[in-house]
Amino acid sequence: MEAVLTKPVKETVKTTGADAVLRVLVEEQTEFIFGYPGGAIMPVYDALYHYQDKIHHVLNRHEQGCIHAAQGYARATGRVGVVMATSGPGATNLITGIADAMIDSTPLVCITGQVGSHLLGSDAFQETDIISISMPVTKWNFQVTRAEELPAALARAFYIARSGRPGPVLIDITKDAQFGDLDFLYKKCQEIRSYKPVPKLDPNQVKKAADLINEAQRPFVLFGQGVILGKAEKEFKAFVEKTGIPSAWTLLGLSALPTDHPLNVGMLGMHGNYGPNKLTNECDVLIAIGMRFDDRVTGNLASYAKQARVIHLDIDPAEINKNVKVDVPVLGDCKESLTELTNQVRMNSHAKWLELFRKHDALEQETVIQDEIKPATGDMKMGEVIEEINKTTKGDAILVTDVGQHQMMACRYTQFNQSKSNITSGGLGTMGFCLPAALGAKLGAPERDVIAVIGDGGFQMTIQELGTIFQTKAAVKIVILNNSFLGMVRQWQQLFFDKRYSSTELENPDFVEIAQGYGIKGQSISERSALPEAIETMMKHDGSYLLEVHVGKEDNVFPMVPSGASVSDIRLS
Amino acid sequence: MEQKVFTISAFTENSIGLLNRITSMFTRRHLNIESLNTSESESPGIYRFTIVVKTTEEQVQKLVLQIEKQVEVLKAVYHVDEETVFQEIALYKVSTKSVADGNLVEKLIRDNNARILSMEQEFMIIEKTGHKAETQELLDFLRPYGVIEFVRSGRISVIKPMEESEDLRKRITNF
Repeated sequence: MEAVLTKPVKETVKTTGADAVLRVLVEEQTEFIFGYPGGAIMPVYDALYHYQDKIHHVLNRHEQGCIHAAQGYARATGRVGVVMATSGPGATNLITGIADAMIDSTPLVCITGQVGSHLLGSDAFQETDIISISMPVTKWNFQVTRAEELPAALARAFYIARSGRPGPVLIDITKDAQFGDLDFLYKKCQEIRSYKPVPKLDPNQVKKAADLINEAQRPFVLFGQGVILGKAEKEFKAFVEKTGIPSAWTLLGLSALPTDHPLNVGMLGMHGNYGPNKLTNECDVLIAIGMRFDDRVTGNLASYAKQARVIHLDIDPAEINKNVKVDVPVLGDCKESLTELTNQVRMNSHAKWLELFRKHDALEQETVIQDEIKPATGDMKMGEVIEEINKTTKGDAILVTDVGQHQMMACRYTQFNQSKSNITSGGLGTMGFCLPAALGAKLGAPERDVIAVIGDGGFQMTIQELGTIFQTKAAVKIVILNNSFLGMVRQWQQLFFDKRYSSTELENPDFVEIAQGYGIKGQSISERSALPEAIETMMKHDGSYLLEVHVGKEDNVFPMVPSGASVSDIRLS
Repeated sequence: MEQKVFTISAFTENSIGLLNRITSMFTRRHLNIESLNTSESESPGIYRFTIVVKTTEEQVQKLVLQIEKQVEVLKAVYHVDEETVFQEIALYKVSTKSVADGNLVEKLIRDNNARILSMEQEFMIIEKTGHKAETQELLDFLRPYGVIEFVRSGRISVIKPMEESEDLRKRITNF
């Protein structure tokens, strides 16, 4: 009895800053650290030695690989990705990925080592001011110079990264803080007084939105990644099914609603589908859900949906009126907003209006799609490769793409049955994203097939991650759509720069042989007849596999809304 | 859209680097900050940034939302000049010999509502508070006598409507 009475509620543990970092990661249920060691983070790596049974450390081959892998992991699992790097170049190599995660709202905690606090500002070896450098591209960052600050700083980091609109957070830890002693006690962060991650839903705004939707003749839904980040796929589906509204996705909204859903009318934006772009300028009510009206989606704003009343559901108040003037903003967590909204809207169907989307689709099928996915003659096409992959995966795989023509083709033509299945670099358009992100996705979702569709350009930007795939034995299926060009830039050069192919042609190495060097099986094909078997072999292979497909060198992605043009001016050829 | 002078008031935590984070919002939009001041507000521990910027209302609206979005910012608002009372302070170092001649000192102190903070054999320090145009006027007046140093502070500003002040106070202290 006495022992019970004198025992403190929670005991502190005497330990070092470095050990405290690992203790926090365990408390936050971190499965993987994607990292790369170096001088200023060595105490943490030393402490990690004792945690190998609790946390897997993935040794990527470059810090950019670490962060993209963590992004892939976060996007596939919905959890916080954890990255570790040393000071100086280790930290600066993370910046591209941090910027990518910021613009695509991916939750990450990046831990960087820093020189000892007595050396700060002295131009010490591998010292960079990573706090200042990363400031514009982090949701929050913080430098820890004393061991006792670590638990609270890291608790905040995890809370900020995952709450509200997620994003990347960076914690920079000086070497003396890692060596220092503290009485460790971990309390998860639940709130920060200056930070309100989820705005309170205003019932009046929901009512206004519902009224507008109920009166609409030609309503149109645009859905983005907010639906996935808000874990609101079910609520979203219930909403569109009750209202019968045609719904189109942004690049990052893809997979929030199954692609074969009768109300899923396709992709928005520059290389999106014909109907969704054209009919944006014919709808009477535009309902944007968890999307941010990126310029690649809207084209010229001066002629974007001017006829429509706009409803915008978002968790981030700064998104309202940022690009498109909104009539009814509905701030809040879309899981809650959509539930409320669904309660207040009438059961409806918009058969005639939906028919118009079908007509536009029929035209696109005839002029673009069938030639792309079922060509009979000529060079192999990117679309047919994707179509062949669909036959095997039946919409159940995770697709990870890089940036460019192959990305647009893969996102246009891949089937998806479940959410969190499309992982791509949307906002930042980071070439080199795919290979490490696919690795992270596979580690996070080992039960799922992960297919990395990459161009020959982007593949070579982070080709070193073949080493990480080799070492982790992550069974990533790599499909290189090789056209020996930086295809999207070449397409623009053809269309807008009089075919002056300035520095876009690539002389490529033997990718299959390179993969073999890393112990990854593979093959290269150039004949249409070899495609089905090649895909089957890849998918059946136990382990990672690289399939190189030589496709037409000068094929283009259509439809296309030319840069600066209106969505109505979408071109089919 | 017409460009105007706006005063942004941001209420924040007191943390290292936040100034950097806030000013980078201006940098990335290619906006020049006219003046910036930061000090502890009436609520202990909560700091107040006063930032003057010349831009369009649409831009300043977006800017304020982006500032408020920062984790360590409690609240951010913007106002036009008519909605606030604002002031700047200027210090002038001039040669005692050239200024302390005849009735000049008395005239400039009286006319400008200025005061002398310090006087040495060689130099004197004059202080004047007012709007920029007013402190500028005194500077122009003193120039012929030789101004050794001149410095003007950033704008500080409070909001006129009582209701809004009270509402703000409530918002930044009720957590």
